Amino acid sequence: MTDQPSNVSIEHLLQTLTPQVLGAVVRKFRDFAAAEDAVQEASLAAAVQWPREGTPDNPRAWLTTVAYRRMTDHIRSESARRHRETEIALETVYTTESVETEPQEDDTLVLLFMCCHPALTPASAIALTLRAVGGLTTAEIAHAFLVPEATMAQRISRAKQSIKNSGIPFSSPTSEERGQRLRAVLHVLYLIFNEGYTSSAGAELRRGDLSLEAIRLTRIVHGLQPADTEVAGLLALMLLTDARRLARTTPAGELIPLAEQDRSVWDRQQIQEGIALISAALPKGSVGPYQLQAAIAAVHDEAARAEDTDWPQILALYDLLSRLSANPMVRLNHAVAAAMVHGATKGLELLDALKADPRLANHHRLDAVRAHLLELAGDRKSAVSHYRAAAGKTASLPERNYLLTQAARLSSEVDALAGIN
Amino acid sequence: MKYILMMNATRDVFDWFANWPKEDLEANFAFMRNFNKQLKDEGVLVSTEGLAWPDQARIVRAGPDGEPITDGVFPESKEFLAGYWIVDVESEEEAYKIAARASLAPAPKGTPGTMPLEVRQVMSRPPEDL
Repeated sequence: MTDQPSNVSIEHLLQTLTPQVLGAVVRKFRDFAAAEDAVQEASLAAAVQWPREGTPDNPRAWLTTVAYRRMTDHIRSESARRHRETEIALETVYTTESVETEPQEDDTLVLLFMCCHPALTPASAIALTLRAVGGLTTAEIAHAFLVPEATMAQRISRAKQSIKNSGIPFSSPTSEERGQRLRAVLHVLYLIFNEGYTSSAGAELRRGDLSLEAIRLTRIVHGLQPADTEVAGLLALMLLTDARRLARTTPAGELIPLAEQDRSVWDRQQIQEGIALISAALPKGSVGPYQLQAAIAAVHDEAARAEDTDWPQILALYDLLSRLSANPMVRLNHAVAAAMVHGATKGLELLDALKADPRLANHHRLDAVRAHLLELAGDRKSAVSHYRAAAGKTASLPERNYLLTQAARLSSEVDALAGIN
Repeated sequence: MKYILMMNATRDVFDWFANWPKEDLEANFAFMRNFNKQLKDEGVLVSTEGLAWPDQARIVRAGPDGEPITDGVFPESKEFLAGYWIVDVESEEEAYKIAARASLAPAPKGTPGTMPLEVRQVMSRPPEDL
C-alpha cells in the first residue's frame, strides 16, 4: 500500500478511474443501470477505506473487483426471477482469470455515447453524463442544478431505466451513426458548459463547477478524437468563453455586457489556448458551427478594448454560421454584427425579418436586441419600451434587473433632453 | 417552524416598479441580494424565488380531453405573487421580524409607507398522535 494519500488526490483518482471501471463492468454484465450503482458503491467504499488504509497499488483493479462483487450480490438477490441469467453471469465471474485487463481506451467515449443518446431528454443526458462519466455525486449534481438531491437521484435513476428500456447497447456507434451520435455528445457537453457559465456570478463559483467539468470532459473527448475539428472547436469555444467569466458580473452579481467588461481580468492564458486550438482546426477545412462560434469568440477575445473589435470579421463569420445553423439566436447576433458594421438601421432591418420567426416572436432577446439597436440609432423612447418589454419576458432575474436598469437610464436621458428634471 | 413571506402586487404596482429611476432600481436589487445573503448566513433561509412578470401568468385548466387550456386574462385588481422567501425560525415573532426587514427594501424618495408582505405558516409540522 502507498503512503496516506490526501483526500483531494483520492477524489481526483476516483474521478479518473470510475468511468474506466464502469466501462469494464458494463462490458462484462451488460446491465448499465446495475453497473452504475455497483461502481458508485465501490467508489464510496474507496473514499472511506483508502484514506485510512492507503491507496492500493492497483486502484483500478481494486475498484473493479469490488464492483464485480456488488454485481454478483445484486444478481443473486434477483435470482428467484432470473434463474437462468444468474447461472450464466456467475459462471462468467468464476471463469475470469484476472480483472487486471487493460481498459479499452475509449470506454469513456463509449460511455459518453451511451449517456448522450438522442433517445434521452437533455436533462437526463446531462445528469447521467455528469454522474457516470464526470464522476460527480448525486448531491453535487443536484446542488449544481438547484434541485433537491432526491429529485436528482430520481432523474438519474429514470435515465438509466430509459437506457435499459431503449435497449441502447454499450458499444461504439456504427460508422453511419457516428457523426450524429458525436454531435449529440457535444451538444450535451455544451449544455453543461452553458449552465455552468451563465449560472456563475463573478468570483462565486458553484461547488462542482459545471463549466470546468464540461471543459474537462471535452478535453478528454478531444484527446480521444484529436482529428475531429468540431470537438476542437467546442473546446476552443468553451475556453474562450470561460476566459471572460470574472468580468461578466459586478461583485454584487449584476450583469456586465461584453462591451463594458474589464478585459484586464480576462484569463489571457486560456484565451491563448483557445486561439491556438481554433487556429489549428479551421484550416483543416471541415468547418462546423462550434468552430465558427469559437472563431467569433476568438475575435472578441483578441480585442484589447471593445472599440478594437474586428466587427467586419465577426459579421463574415456570422454570415457563414447562419448558413450552417438554424438557431434563431445566431440570426439575432448576426443582426447586431451587421449593425456594428453597416449601422443600426441595417441591423434593425434584419430584425424586422425575424419578427415572423415563431421561435423568436415572444422571446425576450428579440426585444432586448431591438432595444439596443434602437438606442444605437438614437431612438431612445422606442428603446425604453423595448427594454421594458424584454424585462417583462425574461426568466432570468439578473437579466431582468439589467434590462430594467437600461430602460431607466435611457428614460432619464429622454426626460433630460425634454428639459424635464 | 416554516413561514412563507410573500410579495404580492397588482399590475400597476409592477408597472410603477419598472418605471423607477436607475439609482432606485439598483439600490433595490442590491438590497435584495444582500438580504438573501444575510438570511443564508443566519441559517434561516429555506428558499427564495423571484417570479416572472405578470404578463407571463396564465390560468390553466384541463379541457374536455384533459389537455391544458390557458388563459392570460385577469381582473385589474388581481394581486400577483412577485416573489417569496420561506424561512425556518423558532417563532412567529421571528418570522414577522424578518418580514419587517424585507419591508424596508428601498423605493424612490417620497414613496409613502413601506412594502407590505403577506406572512403565513407553511404546513410542515409533523403530526402529533391524536
